[in-house]
Amino acid sequence: MTISDSRPERGSAASVVRARNLLKRFGTKTVIDDLDLDMPRGGCYGLLGPNGAGKTTLLRMLLGHVLPDAGTLEVLGEPVPAAARSVRARIGIVPQDDNLDPDFTVMENLRIYAGYFPQPARRPLTPWLESLLEFVSLHERATDRIQSLSGGMRRRLVIARALVNDPELLILDEPTTGLDPQVRHLIWAKLRELIKKGSTILLTTHYMEEAERLCDRLAIVDQGRILAEDTPKTLIAQRVEPSVIELRIRGAGHRASADDVPAEPTGLPEAISRHARIERIDETWHCHTHHPQRVLEHLPRYPEIEYLHRPANLEDVFLNLTGRELRD
Amino acid sequence: MNPTSIPRRSIPRRWHIPRLHPAAAFAVWRRNALVWRRLFVSSLVFHFGEPLLYLIGIGYGLGRFIDGMEGMDGISYLSFFASGLVASSTMMSTSYEATYSAYTRMVPQKTYDGIIATPVEVDDIVAGEMLWCATKGCMAGASLLIVATLIGAFAGFEALLCIPILLLIGLAFSGLALAITATAPSYDYFSYYMTLFITPMFILCGVFYPISSMPAFVQGLIQVLPLTHAVALVRPIVTGAALENPILHIAILIAFAFVGFYVAAILIRRRFIL
Repeated sequence: MTISDSRPERGSAASVVRARNLLKRFGTKTVIDDLDLDMPRGGCYGLLGPNGAGKTTLLRMLLGHVLPDAGTLEVLGEPVPAAARSVRARIGIVPQDDNLDPDFTVMENLRIYAGYFPQPARRPLTPWLESLLEFVSLHERATDRIQSLSGGMRRRLVIARALVNDPELLILDEPTTGLDPQVRHLIWAKLRELIKKGSTILLTTHYMEEAERLCDRLAIVDQGRILAEDTPKTLIAQRVEPSVIELRIRGAGHRASADDVPAEPTGLPEAISRHARIERIDETWHCHTHHPQRVLEHLPRYPEIEYLHRPANLEDVFLNLTGRELRD
Repeated sequence: MNPTSIPRRSIPRRWHIPRLHPAAAFAVWRRNALVWRRLFVSSLVFHFGEPLLYLIGIGYGLGRFIDGMEGMDGISYLSFFASGLVASSTMMSTSYEATYSAYTRMVPQKTYDGIIATPVEVDDIVAGEMLWCATKGCMAGASLLIVATLIGAFAGFEALLCIPILLLIGLAFSGLALAITATAPSYDYFSYYMTLFITPMFILCGVFYPISSMPAFVQGLIQVLPLTHAVALVRPIVTGAALENPILHIAILIAFAFVGFYVAAILIRRRFIL
């Protein structure tokens, strides 16, 4: 028995999540601001946004744990919060911080959690739970206590736990935050495996790489609104110039004192700005352009400038839409 | 399009009457029972050792000087005190479980956060917790009951008939304690509850002496406290005396259980449903 091998076609509603005019205020702060969302069945959908953008609040709303002040919400075709209980039986959740039960072993955690669902996903239960542990490569730790697991193992166990009810929709809130690159890649591989087998995944992240690698569609969220929504490729194509040239004065950053600002190369900004949108971040200039050659041809005259020419990526889209000021 | 009206309902919406799913509440009970099974030796010493010490020290030691005095319902002081102690240790054990232990599950361990992601509702958690804390109290009371029966403090093994009453006593106290736990900012908060509410009941509600020996106005106050009614049920059952007003006492304990459950459910919803 393997995960998702004989998944029956349950429901065929086009959207797994359908939100209209969702609104939520905490005191005077509007955390979800007149938000509309249509998330298709199948594949991976990403909510990308800075800290405090409203991503987690939106996820908790899908579970019925945050009650909207206005608007309508349907998850898997059922109204939420009215049918939240029945919706939660059909979805799996990987929360931002691990809330594994420290009083139990790895296997007991799955078994106890399975007991919270009215009907077990698969019978007999034990081989099903064993297959889940095998899926996240924890089958050899089945009888270990939670305290003995590393952060990456715990996160994998939380993912296995989220699968105990064989969910139609798997929701992950920043699944790889705080994990080392090895574990991150392993988790991405597991999620891709689930997607390939037909699962629908909704995840929040602020890692561009995660969003680009995993998500078929993305919504960029900030201040409780969706600023843009499309495939990663289309977002990059439509929301920013295709090329970025990052310029930097050689030796900048090795200054003797704060007053020792390197002289601006005479005439360069004027020359480039006709062909590029220039953003200055500290001592680096980001030149966003449709015509990289026209920018590059100026550079040989300025030997003190070092540069990096790269295609635009999701991070450029993200920063362009959400701005660069800090969010903490 | 902007939403035209924002209904203001943040308070009433969390006040709805609980709708329970017994299987879900039982799953919560079962989780706690499985943890207990693992730690059961140490919890036995804690919940059982202390009352046993009281029973021997005060029941035997002090009893020698008191036996035969008026107002003891014609029973030995050991029987009198042991029967009160069965009720009060049920209260104590339930109250500790529903404050310190439940808080540990609710806040630092985030056990409830994990559970509410499943079809189990907050109300089911409250019901399961109440039932568990009552079970724990019932076990503490029952083990004392068995020991007291073995040393001959009670009439005979028909004393064991009061075990269902112990469960009811546990339910009456667990709802109150969970309501306190729901509003607790930290563990320190519980010492107020214990010192200002639980300990006074232990001292005033007829565990050590008949409440008829108190001044009239204090007796009136004592009559509204749940432990008084718990003792009034347990003592006649275990000593083989006739019950007075059993329906009244049972009804009062049931009322405490239901009101406690409802208040605890509303307060714990506020912690988890925003």
